[in-house]
Amino acid sequence: MLARATTHALVGLEAWPVEVEAHLQRGVPAFSIVGLPDKACQEAKERVRSGITSAELEWPLRRLTVNLAPAGLRKEGSGFDLPIALAVLAASHQIPAERLAQHAALGELALDGRVRPVPGALVAAEAARRAGLERLICPPESAPEAALAGIEPIPVEHLAQAGAYLRGTFKPPRVAPPEARNGSGGPDLADVRGQERARRALELAAAGRHNLLLAGPPGTGKTMLARRLPGILPELTIEQALEVTRIHSVAGLLPAGRPLVDRPPFRAPHHTASTAAIVGGGAGPRPGEATLAHRGVLFLDELAEFYRPALEALRQPLEDGSIAIARVQGHAVFPARFVLVGTMNLCPCGGRGDPAAQCSCSPQRLAAYRDKLSRALLDRFDLVVQVPRARSTELAGSPGEASAVVRGRVESAAVRLRDPPDLSKPGAELLARAVDSLPLSGRGRARVARVAETIAALAGEASVGAEHVAEALSYRSPTELGSWT
Amino acid sequence: MDLTVIHAIARHDPGYPPPLAELHDPPSRLFVRGEVDALSRPGVAVVGARSCSAYGAQVARTLARELAAVGVVVVSGLARGVDGEAHRGALEGGGRTVAVLGCGIDRDYPRSHAELARRIVASGAVVSEYPPGVEPAPWRFPARNRIIAGLSLATVVVEARERSGALITADFALELGRDVFAVPGEITSGLSAGTNDLLRQGAAPLTWVRDVLEGLGIEPEPTPRTASVSDAARSLLGLLGDGAAAADELTRASGLSSAEVAAALVELELGGLAAQADGVYRSFSPGRSPGARRPA
Ligand SMILES: Nc1ncnc2c1ncn2[C@@H]1O[C@H](COP(=O)(O)OP(=O)(O)OP(=O)(O)O)[C@@H](O)[C@H]1O
Ligand SMILES: [Mg+2]
Ligand SMILES: [Zn+2]
Repeated sequence: MLARATTHALVGLEAWPVEVEAHLQRGVPAFSIVGLPDKACQEAKERVRSGITSAELEWPLRRLTVNLAPAGLRKEGSGFDLPIALAVLAASHQIPAERLAQHAALGELALDGRVRPVPGALVAAEAARRAGLERLICPPESAPEAALAGIEPIPVEHLAQAGAYLRGTFKPPRVAPPEARNGSGGPDLADVRGQERARRALELAAAGRHNLLLAGPPGTGKTMLARRLPGILPELTIEQALEVTRIHSVAGLLPAGRPLVDRPPFRAPHHTASTAAIVGGGAGPRPGEATLAHRGVLFLDELAEFYRPALEALRQPLEDGSIAIARVQGHAVFPARFVLVGTMNLCPCGGRGDPAAQCSCSPQRLAAYRDKLSRALLDRFDLVVQVPRARSTELAGSPGEASAVVRGRVESAAVRLRDPPDLSKPGAELLARAVDSLPLSGRGRARVARVAETIAALAGEASVGAEHVAEALSYRSPTELGSWT
Repeated sequence: MDLTVIHAIARHDPGYPPPLAELHDPPSRLFVRGEVDALSRPGVAVVGARSCSAYGAQVARTLARELAAVGVVVVSGLARGVDGEAHRGALEGGGRTVAVLGCGIDRDYPRSHAELARRIVASGAVVSEYPPGVEPAPWRFPARNRIIAGLSLATVVVEARERSGALITADFALELGRDVFAVPGEITSGLSAGTNDLLRQGAAPLTWVRDVLEGLGIEPEPTPRTASVSDAARSLLGLLGDGAAAADELTRASGLSSAEVAAALVELELGGLAAQADGVYRSFSPGRSPGARRPA
């Protein structure tokens, strides 16, 4: 007797349909899974057998072969447990096979038959819908996410429930797709006292999606400021939210009870992160931090501590907004359009830039520290600001402007930037003068011009004036300031 | 110009700089990359600590810029810190600068200054008494310092720790009977120990560029460059006259917005009236508004 269930395998950020065929034959009781399963998937045998017994269903004592088709597609992970169990139950006539064929299924089984969530429910649900299926049997945790795909999720807590549902004796609760909750969450800019210049740079970074480097002595609020950038970025459109949710779903990172990522993500990998962890790769391949930060912020705290190759690997996404990862079969392309925020001290001992402390670094140590941050990398930051130590009066001052107010300005500027203002004649003259008298590369010039557009847009001006260019010039990097060698 | 050309000037060649010949053991031969001509102009040495403070870097750079602007050749040792700032300042001032090496003429030492050396030889010169191939060695630096002093009609020390190389340069200059200036620093900083010693021994304190130029009989640039600065820039310059400050302090003190302050500071930087290091801005002539320079 043969029965089929439909499920999906994750390949990068996509879900590919997989047909699960369970075949029961006379013979010595045996159970094998064929069709390129990986190790986790092979272990499904134990979980499926144990789950079926725990659900007080019957384990067929015959020769059982499960085939995962197409055979050429590598099947990874434990999400095949539930569809395999259901196919086995249908093949052994414990549930109606025709009813199962109208569903997609996804989920891991615990040894006691409970159904557990697996990554990628949203993309699997979307693929099922594209294939014309209308219902997805899945763990309750994945149901809201699946509902986003416009499919009807059938949440089941236990394999026994799934069986009962397919036999028509259990009616699962309806699950509505989650709604976007706008404008909330995250730490607020009002917490930051003083630091007017850094706040201004943060606002520019948000409005023009400029990469920002915060440099200064320890404990001056650099990390604090960076964490407040997502809160002033414009809202995600519903398409963008779905795009980001898909990525986070595949990575298994959707927070419980918050299945729609409706605010720009904030990713802060540790400085020991490998290149693969940052840009993605490995089996799957898995998206890295740069992709998880898509449409949000990638925050590299203590930039100089990161592995050099990991930083260099970021140059491609910074340029293209996507990452191509070479695979045995062709390559996977992951989106990676993020605002990069870095922090660093001005020297290894942290004394530089702090009027109350003295730098005790030897010239060699200082030079080695600066060498670590290649010029090529520093060149990717449109905005570089020094974050000085705040005076005690400054810290005792009144709270700063709230994130919601700043976000309002950022949103109008972002709209204006769709049609960027033109460079005025005085603006162009100042820029030419700066190129002549400063160490400003061609790329540096283009960067200053872009930042000046953002400044003009925030000011609501129709053209980029000399004052906008001048301000933009003040955020150039230490190598362009000539104070680095 | 072919940058790989190395000129050699022997002790009795007509191109040998006369001030250098006054040393009691002048180099028998001088190797030169760049414009030999740069060695025949009046030079002033600007030297100091390799690990200088932001203040030292600023002073070295601005001083060199102003010297270069009136045609003085800035002489230094291509080292990190004060030396590098001095060369850069001279180039920014549109002038010439001479770097004296303590290794073979074909070496750019330190390597991180290779690009700077390339810019120096485009209008000025890199010189050494050592032929190509000679490796840098610590014991060659005092000998290098005697050439710096020898090529210069005056020597300015900007920050030096006790017993540092810059003090050796100053000693050679004193032996030659030339002017030695020391830039006053904080008495609490180890980086001022050497310069404060010089002051105690009778070196002249340098508080602005005119101090050096008067001794050389050179007229400072007459044009007041603040004539055309904006009101915002002028008010920041006034605040900077009371001491160095970060942009945020200027924002609070001036009542201007952070954006206006940023724009005005760039205006001052481009005009050579203020400079920034590690987030702290300084104007070069503390306590003097630029319009009212001290009479000669
Ligand atoms: N401007 C400020 N307003 C309010 N609180 C501040 C400010 N600056 C610093 N703090 C306080 O100091 C703490 C340390 O700040 P933060 O961790 O952001 O410093 P940092 O610059 O990232 O330091 P490090 O270089 O050591 O990482 C903050 O959690 C906050 O409580
Ligand atoms: Mg920090
Ligand atoms: Zn230090």
